[in-house]
Amino acid sequence: MPVTATPPGEVRGARVPAWDVARVRADFPILSRQVRGQPLVYLDNAATAQKPEAVLAAMDRYYRDFNANVHRGVHSLSEAATAAFEGVREQAARFLGASRAEEIVFAAGTTGALNLVAQSYGGSVLRPGDEVLVTEMEHHSNLVPWQLVGERTGAGVRAIPVSESGGLDLGAFERLLGPKTRVVAVTHASNVIGAINPINAIAEMAHDVGAVVVVDGAQSVPHLRVNVAAMDCDFFAFSSHKLYGPTGIGILYGKGDLLEAMPPWQGGGGMIQEVRIERSTFAAPPTRFEAGTPPIAEAVGLGAALKYIMAWDWDALVGYEQALIAEAGRKLQTVSGLRVLGEGADRVSVLSVVMEGVHPHDAATILDTRGVAVRAGHHCAQPLMRRFGVSATLRASFGAYNTPAEVDALVEGLHEVRRVLG
Amino acid sequence: MTKDLDELYQSLILDHNRAPRNYRKLEDATAHAEGRNPLCGDIYDVWLKVEGDRITEVAFQGQGCAISKASASMMTQAVKGKTVGEARELFDRFHEVVAGEGGGKGGLPAKLEVFQGVRAFPIRVKCATLSWHAMKAALEQRGSGEEPKP
Repeated sequence: MPVTATPPGEVRGARVPAWDVARVRADFPILSRQVRGQPLVYLDNAATAQKPEAVLAAMDRYYRDFNANVHRGVHSLSEAATAAFEGVREQAARFLGASRAEEIVFAAGTTGALNLVAQSYGGSVLRPGDEVLVTEMEHHSNLVPWQLVGERTGAGVRAIPVSESGGLDLGAFERLLGPKTRVVAVTHASNVIGAINPINAIAEMAHDVGAVVVVDGAQSVPHLRVNVAAMDCDFFAFSSHKLYGPTGIGILYGKGDLLEAMPPWQGGGGMIQEVRIERSTFAAPPTRFEAGTPPIAEAVGLGAALKYIMAWDWDALVGYEQALIAEAGRKLQTVSGLRVLGEGADRVSVLSVVMEGVHPHDAATILDTRGVAVRAGHHCAQPLMRRFGVSATLRASFGAYNTPAEVDALVEGLHEVRRVLG
Repeated sequence: MTKDLDELYQSLILDHNRAPRNYRKLEDATAHAEGRNPLCGDIYDVWLKVEGDRITEVAFQGQGCAISKASASMMTQAVKGKTVGEARELFDRFHEVVAGEGGGKGGLPAKLEVFQGVRAFPIRVKCATLSWHAMKAALEQRGSGEEPKP
């Protein structure tokens, strides 16, 4: 088994192993339902992915067989629940290539994880005049938390610009970097245009000035093999629900020495060492950052999702999704007045289009009547909308179970949009 | 095209989307409000000129989908010349029609009945009512004695 990730730009021409999409589809019960009398064509995977039977069954089994609180009881059920919960932490560490399970913190999702980093790390290191660099393509969840902590600490937020072709302007990034830069908060892959950012290069440049790199991995982990050690990022966050797992849980990876030095974020049960009325001392990471009863069933579901996808042949998956998105890009050109945003970017299987004279919401409604589920709107990325001079886009995002026939359904649907709305 | 879709995108709606009426800023407005749907980014400004109790001019500008734009355009036509009370009454009737509520008390201009098609797409009800809410808010702000925003 090759262990290096295949850069998506190099897939074409290489021998790509076959991806058995029919077999994968059979694992997802929802894919057999109909919408408005049509077979469901689910192309909204960047919003949330569908769940395989293995995830549904694992969560059901947890509630039926060993539901109990974790880290608290000495009884058998609690022991079983704790073992399952902590087992998922180890799985997540393996999935991300983290060296130790202690570097894995359970959070509510990518948003929760990024807020944790901003409030705890940012809140303790940022000083007036310091700078946090974000990118123009950040999801609001890797921008607004930095604004909030910036207001509290007096640090400023500046953005690395996005070029017309959809990539980050690394020259501008270099000019923005300086002794005041404390944090570089960057998405691994854009949730709007799918563009993949070169985290290795960004981390090298950021580390040269002593800044830490916080990566929003929500849109990359479903599509690319990720290794946090190889990328050398300092923090990495992702959500379970975009990775075929349940909602309500996500993972924060943080380098051990950074987590060790960070103050608690939320106080409560479980995260303490000793509590007195006047003051308390706190547990070591990751427990320090996990106040209260965690989402245990969701952790079990995430564990099932990780087990399911880690059994995949990722070379085959990446090759398949890249072929699918390339075909979508090609066939969409047949729709008159349609433009793909950030067309030149290397991208995960996510793309956004705008159609001359057609609002994305109207297009999405017409597609829905044909059973095709896409996303229309600003995708929680208003600065990127402004960058491209649009108020909203139509986004199609493909996952492991999507097919070339579904690409055709999308394209035919957009031809119909043109016929209806002129 | 499905029947639902046919009813949603009737030619009257498409016509108002392509060529919205009263699409301008009203310089001498006495009431103004902004209608914004933060979920989708749609945004409209609605201006009214109220003389005595009567709405003598209505205009709007903004960005949004065909449903929201056509609805705004037809709203301006519907409330122009009405009293403030009549405009509020129209708001209620319109809301009933698009949300499929009420017993069809009537009193809505026949043209606005085309928005009944929205009922099959509940998520789009907000699109159809966005400018109507802005119109109502503008009248209410005016009623509370607040300075109208230009």
